[in-house]
Amino acid sequence: MSRLNEYQVVGRRSPTEKEPVPKLFRMRLFAPNEVVAKSRFWYFLKQVNKVKKASGEIVSVNQIFEKKPLAVKNFGIWIRYNSRSGTHNMYKEYRELSRVGAVDTCYQDMAARHRARFTSIQIIKVAEVKAADVRRPYIKQLLDPKLRFPLPHRLSRPASKRFRPVFSGVRPSTF
Amino acid sequence: MTVFNRFVEIGRVVLVTYGPDAGKLAVIVDIVDHSRVLVHGPTTDVKRQSISFKRCTLTDLKLDVPRTIGTVALTKAVEKQELVARWSKTAWAQKIARRDARAATSDFDRFKLMVARKQRRTTVGKAAAKLRKAAAK
Repeated sequence: MSRLNEYQVVGRRSPTEKEPVPKLFRMRLFAPNEVVAKSRFWYFLKQVNKVKKASGEIVSVNQIFEKKPLAVKNFGIWIRYNSRSGTHNMYKEYRELSRVGAVDTCYQDMAARHRARFTSIQIIKVAEVKAADVRRPYIKQLLDPKLRFPLPHRLSRPASKRFRPVFSGVRPSTF
Repeated sequence: MTVFNRFVEIGRVVLVTYGPDAGKLAVIVDIVDHSRVLVHGPTTDVKRQSISFKRCTLTDLKLDVPRTIGTVALTKAVEKQELVARWSKTAWAQKIARRDARAATSDFDRFKLMVARKQRRTTVGKAAAKLRKAAAK
């Protein structure tokens, strides 16, 4: 239920007399909707080719869906982002159900930890990582096949805001 | 006695307390991370989904199932290990049932209840009065 979707955008330079059938370029991007997807496509393509939205055309935009949205996977995400004083590469790992979920968490994580906004982050690569190749200890600790842990501090939540008591006769138990 | 008795683990039965599936039981099928689990309740109408710990409570029941068990096998395991029967025997489930039964009473049911309680009160009162008189003698 993430707010981002994955799109495949294919575009090319507009055909001219000199180049009647230009080369096609394809990108897989993460964006909230197709409009932003197309916009990011041009943003990235301009960085490597001499083509802009006015001189090119989008051939197709397709949404890519997760193959196994109910299987938990470990994702490694390679990022390039602008901080206040420079631009850096990063590799982060997330344990999620889908690529889109992992990228969404990544953006939130980057915003929280490094104050980096959507426009300052470039997702270079998102790949599923096998359990043996996981690098980060905070993910490794969840890979134990016999993992089990208690929930030591429980805050009970009423089923709806309507059932929230204004006053209570007893102190809550967090057990 | 250890301090913690209910663990987040594969096979632990969980009661969903918030959201569209509130009040239903589900089984932990896989652990996503420190705040979410992949949960599935094929016999209790809970679709396989990732749910936050904030939206569920652990119960004392645990099924013996392997990690990422499929729907068909999970249904069989739930039936074989009699999850619903074990749950309905617990005091917790009975409290919930009693609460829901009370909430579903109509005014006529409440009237019948009042009449029944009055009858019980008179018979008990008469018997108590008789015993009191006998003791006073």
